[in-house]
Amino acid sequence: MATNHIGKPKNRVDGLKKVTGSAKYAAEFNAPGLVHGVVISSAIAKGRIKAIDTHDALEIEGVLHIFTHENTPGLAWFDLSYKDMDSPPGAPFRPLHSDEIQFNMQPIALVVAETLELARFAALRVKVEYEVETHNTKLADSLDEAIEGKGFRAGFEPPKSIGKFEEAYEAADIKLETEYFHGAEHHNPMEMHASTVIYEEDGGLTIYDKTQGVLNSRHYVSMIFGIKRKKIKVISPFVGGAFGSGLRPQYQLFMATLAALELKRPVKVELTRPQMFSFGHRPITIQKLKLAASPDGSLQAVSHSAYSETSRFEKYVENVVNWPKKLYRCENVEEIYKLVQLDMYTPLDMRAPGGATGVYALESAMDELAYKLNMNPLELRLRNYTDEDKGKEKPFSSKTLKECYRVAAEKFGWSQRNPEPRSTREGHNLVGWGMASGIWDAMQTPARAKARLSADGKLEVGSATADIGTGTYTIMTQIAAETLGLPMEQVTAKLGDSSLPFAFLEGGSTTAASVGTAVKYVCDKIARKLLKEAGKIDDSPFKGAKMEDVVFRDENIVDKQDDSVFIPITEVMKLRGLGTIQKKTTALPNFLKQNKYSRNTHSAVFAEVKIDEDLGTIKVTRIVTAIDAGRILNAKTAHSQILGGVVWGVSMALEEDSFMDHHYGRFINHDLAEYHIAVNADMPDIDITFVEEEDHVVSPIGVKGVGEIGLVGVAAAIGNAVYHATGKRIRSLPITLDKAMSEVSAI
Amino acid sequence: MRNQPHETIEDVRSDAIEKHHISLTINGTSYNLEVEPWTSVLDLLREHLNLTGTKKGCDHGQCGACTILLEGKRINSCLTLAIMHDGAEITTIEGLANNDGLHPVQQAFIEHDAFQCGYCTPGQICSTIGLIHEGKAKTLDDIRDLMSGNICRCGAYNNIVKVVQEALENHKNQTP
Ligand code: FES
Ligand code: FES
Repeated sequence: MATNHIGKPKNRVDGLKKVTGSAKYAAEFNAPGLVHGVVISSAIAKGRIKAIDTHDALEIEGVLHIFTHENTPGLAWFDLSYKDMDSPPGAPFRPLHSDEIQFNMQPIALVVAETLELARFAALRVKVEYEVETHNTKLADSLDEAIEGKGFRAGFEPPKSIGKFEEAYEAADIKLETEYFHGAEHHNPMEMHASTVIYEEDGGLTIYDKTQGVLNSRHYVSMIFGIKRKKIKVISPFVGGAFGSGLRPQYQLFMATLAALELKRPVKVELTRPQMFSFGHRPITIQKLKLAASPDGSLQAVSHSAYSETSRFEKYVENVVNWPKKLYRCENVEEIYKLVQLDMYTPLDMRAPGGATGVYALESAMDELAYKLNMNPLELRLRNYTDEDKGKEKPFSSKTLKECYRVAAEKFGWSQRNPEPRSTREGHNLVGWGMASGIWDAMQTPARAKARLSADGKLEVGSATADIGTGTYTIMTQIAAETLGLPMEQVTAKLGDSSLPFAFLEGGSTTAASVGTAVKYVCDKIARKLLKEAGKIDDSPFKGAKMEDVVFRDENIVDKQDDSVFIPITEVMKLRGLGTIQKKTTALPNFLKQNKYSRNTHSAVFAEVKIDEDLGTIKVTRIVTAIDAGRILNAKTAHSQILGGVVWGVSMALEEDSFMDHHYGRFINHDLAEYHIAVNADMPDIDITFVEEEDHVVSPIGVKGVGEIGLVGVAAAIGNAVYHATGKRIRSLPITLDKAMSEVSAI
Repeated sequence: MRNQPHETIEDVRSDAIEKHHISLTINGTSYNLEVEPWTSVLDLLREHLNLTGTKKGCDHGQCGACTILLEGKRINSCLTLAIMHDGAEITTIEGLANNDGLHPVQQAFIEHDAFQCGYCTPGQICSTIGLIHEGKAKTLDDIRDLMSGNICRCGAYNNIVKVVQEALENHKNQTP
């Protein structure tokens, strides 16, 4: 059986569990005596709880307890204790801490009862009186209150201008000033956030949590409830999507833990779909772009500014305006990033945070500039192509964007494009073509892994990372199996368990590069040990052999020079009397090497839309994208990651909009009927190509990451196609039928 | 109005929790159950019978994650109460594989990587099987329309469609 697995289109190793319903998610763990908690959400956006009357609810037989700010025991004193690995600067929200209401749908009580139905019923019987204060949730009206978007946060690059924007802008021949807007969005993974907390006899906790980092959940619980980490076990083998929603511990974890500790019983708390709109969103941005170019299209000056929203208690920052310097060759770039603090919950990283929105505005503006210059939009990108990150003055560790443009343009048939807007029709449909570039960061973070090889040739590898649908289980298995020359069936990957070695949060497209490298290293260690042992066998052909002299293949250690010289791995174990070989390792990024480069993934996206001239209905009919994401570990699961990203792009362009009712300060369309997510009928034909180039700067295994790049650029390509179809520029997402109608008919 | 009890708490409560006897056949096993009128089929499966393969994504009939086969027809199990189905036959994701292995649709989901996180998957699979038996889907557009009650936030739609096309093809070949 062949044992080279990396890069192959392998089926997911957890597929069987997922298609049979045996994969267990956080709300699906049972324990004797399990009780149910239902969260009550605040009805106002700002003020105080004057009174909370739980009397009627507690009368109901089977209702065990109602936790409110009035009866929650004193917990950690300092804000700091509530910080998690993904906290932005500020003071984190503390559930049930006081009578103060800081945002609408703030959790204000937890009703615990014998059954879910009872808890839900009792929650309706709790009466709350509020003292209402005036709230402000309107970003657009509050720009004069904006503060600088800065502060320390992992992955955040504070805006940094270069050159002399004003002068260059004034002096340039062709100028463009434009403004873009997009609504708020919510992650809405299909699985709602849930935690099941089991109170153990020794006072410890076993917690099944929906999270992108079991160690983050453990840290949070440990700090707030003052329980030693080693007494807390957080388990999360399957996560029903997250897209960033699981980067921070959400309040159901706090609630379920509180109740389990107080009642000394297993407690499950699952949020409702409306409550999925109560803890963090992709923040609205209002973005202004000023572009100046010479008549040949060379960019002379770029100014990118963004106003975004955050809560009163934390300053959520993301990289919105940092992309022009990485995408284009321009000496004069101004970057401005401001925040307005509003009465809402802190925004939360959502797939390609900052990039999805910043690049949307930038690439839409570039399209506007292309038309102004009477230039092919693709040619404008190529004219300003850069092999260097202008901000950092560093070359890219790898960049095959040019090839991405070429491949995607060719597959799409871009050369057939009629440059004239509103020039192509198909019946009563206007047909439009648009394109855009995409970019995201490529990073390796520190990660640890352990591995155990048994005498029968079975291998187990583990790291406390997550698989939120990303394929982590599968790539860990592939890497481990290939490194030791084993069939994948003999390898078991473990993750989502806080007793496993350290891994950082599963997010930002870093996991394959980081955990993948740790898995590779730990298996290399086992390989070295095996070779050493093999050398000690009587008459061994591998006496004194070095790793370079052999390969691990087909369950054997094989002489590189001579295939016929080999020893089966199980033979080595047997002859050397080894029950198991266990190793642990840490994979640290090579910061010195990495710092010499700017490290990114890139993409080229081409879109076709058809718009009914009479009805304004918009249908994306084709997306062609080419991706530069380094080495692809699994052609099948990586393809799915990009596919998902593109679907997100379509959804972002045409559908998603968390609508704030400013009167109540509440996201009013907080369910899946009113908050539109792309469904099967919305899907275009999607064509994906990977332009592979191994990048050994980003990670020793050549990987750059595929989680976000599929999304970035898609909304711009679609918006640009809408312009090409109609001749009208819609500068606000989502591009809905009403906007298209008014624009189309305004001709 | 939900904040104004229409009856006294005692009334509502005693109505609600008075248990009723029903029998159900779930995945070939018969169950004699005492259920409360307010328990949905979905909660009966997940919370009371520990059959957690069927998923809850909204509890409001808006996502399709809870799709099961009731008398062979696909339904949203969150939108119907258990007591309404005395004597019914239910198939959930746990009941599709048999001793010969996976249902062909389950296998096809794996081969086509028609999922990522897997949370919508049991619903998508039951929906696919239900759709085939409805016999309405003739074209690609039909498939896309008729599968649009099942949201996949991971965006595996185009792979799901491949599975459905394949399954329809197989079905046609088997039923001349
Ligand atoms: S849970 Fe039933 S449709 Fe969403
Ligand atoms: S596979 Fe994650 S929602 Fe469909």
